[in-house]
Amino acid sequence: MTATLDRPAPAATGGGLGNVLTDSVTLTGRSLAHWVRNPATLIASLAFNIVMVLMFAFLFGGAMAVPDGGSYREFLMPGMFAMTMIFGISMTTIAISTDVERGVTDRFRSMPMAPAAILIGRAVADMLFAVVTLVVMMLVGLAIGWRANGSVGATLGAMGLILLLRFALIWVGIFLGLVMRGQEAVAGVQTLEFPLGFLSNAFVAPSTMPGWLGAIAEWNPLSSTVTATRVLFGNPGWGGDSWVVANASLMAVVWPLVILAVFLPLAVRRYASLSD
Amino acid sequence: MGSSDLAVVAEGLRKRYGDKVALDGFDLSVPRGTVCGLLGPNGAGKTTAVRILATLQCFDGGRAEVAGYDVATEAAQVRYRIGLVGQNAAVDEVLGGHQNLVMFGKLYRLGAKAARQRADELLDRFGLAEVGGKPVKSYSGGMRRRLDLAAGMILAPSVLFLDEPTVGLDPRGRNEVWEAVRALVRQGTTVLLTTQYLDEADQLADRVSVIDTGRVIAEGTPDQLKTKTGGDRIDLAVHDREWLALAARTVEQLTGGTPELDEEDRKLSVRVANSDTSLIEVIRALDAAGVTAEDIALRRPTLDEVFLHLTGRRPVGEEAKAEKKDKGRKNGKKDAPVAESAGAQEVNA
Repeated sequence: MTATLDRPAPAATGGGLGNVLTDSVTLTGRSLAHWVRNPATLIASLAFNIVMVLMFAFLFGGAMAVPDGGSYREFLMPGMFAMTMIFGISMTTIAISTDVERGVTDRFRSMPMAPAAILIGRAVADMLFAVVTLVVMMLVGLAIGWRANGSVGATLGAMGLILLLRFALIWVGIFLGLVMRGQEAVAGVQTLEFPLGFLSNAFVAPSTMPGWLGAIAEWNPLSSTVTATRVLFGNPGWGGDSWVVANASLMAVVWPLVILAVFLPLAVRRYASLSD
Repeated sequence: MGSSDLAVVAEGLRKRYGDKVALDGFDLSVPRGTVCGLLGPNGAGKTTAVRILATLQCFDGGRAEVAGYDVATEAAQVRYRIGLVGQNAAVDEVLGGHQNLVMFGKLYRLGAKAARQRADELLDRFGLAEVGGKPVKSYSGGMRRRLDLAAGMILAPSVLFLDEPTVGLDPRGRNEVWEAVRALVRQGTTVLLTTQYLDEADQLADRVSVIDTGRVIAEGTPDQLKTKTGGDRIDLAVHDREWLALAARTVEQLTGGTPELDEEDRKLSVRVANSDTSLIEVIRALDAAGVTAEDIALRRPTLDEVFLHLTGRRPVGEEAKAEKKDKGRKNGKKDAPVAESAGAQEVNA
């Protein structure tokens, strides 16, 4: 036991913008430290996505016919890219609900830090992981014969649309993480991911589904992103006569903004209600 | 006592969750540099009180000051002056102990260098220097709690809230935490400790407030509470079970109290309402009646008994023990504390 400790002096006080930034960087750094400490979680998540690609490309791919005789792998990858963004939701949910449950969030809230940083730090860390995931997926795609046939600008635009969807979904994940607790949270959100991902145009043409189901699939926000990115990557896609298919590029921006407009305030309000 | 001498003041705090009333006019004042034990069963409102004082929870009525600042209107000031150690070890399981403290230090805006230095100091002080690099997942329960305490001490807060800090720990872990708390108190930290373990309050607290259904129903030093609410007890063991009834009658005549009998262990226990009744008198009377006492002692009541006396209930965790004991005590008469506990029994220091 050492001698009496003096009270150390904090450098800055209050919750100004600079402090929000500093604290967000600290909490993003915390998540990055998790990756270094516990790479298994990341590797498992990446491996899951890669296995999905291989499964669809080699197992189901042979049975899939792409309109105009295009390559199924070319067709598949934009769907897979968007799909991995959906599978990121539960990661966010687990991280948030674990902190709330363990009292870590309460500790943060009892400290003189910027409260916004708790959610921003999470969002930034998850976005960084989304970028890593997307790059890895694109490399896997290249390895199995997928190509981005558009211009560099179009390719970056497509990546932007995919990451925009992920950014919107992060706030869904945060909201769910604040609402649900424990195993229930994980199971609940993972159950949600599958229908959300598969009930889309990512793997199968909505025109082959029963009418009402096909309509849902076409109106799935994921489908708009997938259609828009297929165009930007210069990959083959399914056509469609509906308005939402015709305006996919617009909807690939509108949908994430709508999701954000709904779930960001919900998440923030739910966070504030921790003190009710 | 001027309000500047008080580290924690709560006046008439009220809080309800839907229909459930958690705090119903909660009053508390804790002088600087002392340890206040908030003692009560599960659901009595202890945690709600601590969460309000630690600025985590809003409330419906009343007011509270911590370290001289209003918790509702000056929360930021309060947060610079408190540490909170909750029921879970609120630390990052994946990170190492050192990483945890550096992260919290940065969030307290110490700056990276000062945060690292502070982390080193605290790990050293809480005996965790050797495991500082290892992930918290690998720590024992006691080590986690100590890390949790260290995290609560980063700014050397003037008020430290400990919400059931040893719940779920084995005796060794509990001792580790108690030692750490005592060390903090020696340096002048004011501690508000909630617990449902009576011996914990007895061990650590200068003063105890007993809380039940959202209100403080008694307050004083552990000794005062024992004296004013329970009085002394005489415990007596006889050599032969047949002597027990006779001993009980003799003791009852002398003290006027109804003894509790434990036939299995050939023991009886009686409250001495009038402390003038001396042990010698009891022994003489027993001798005259032809009963040999194998063991006899005059003792202060435990806080356990104080609690029973005040609320008519045993604290949670003690119930199971009590039921077991009741089975062994075939003809035993129980104290009837329920009738006596009507109304709040203030113990004024």
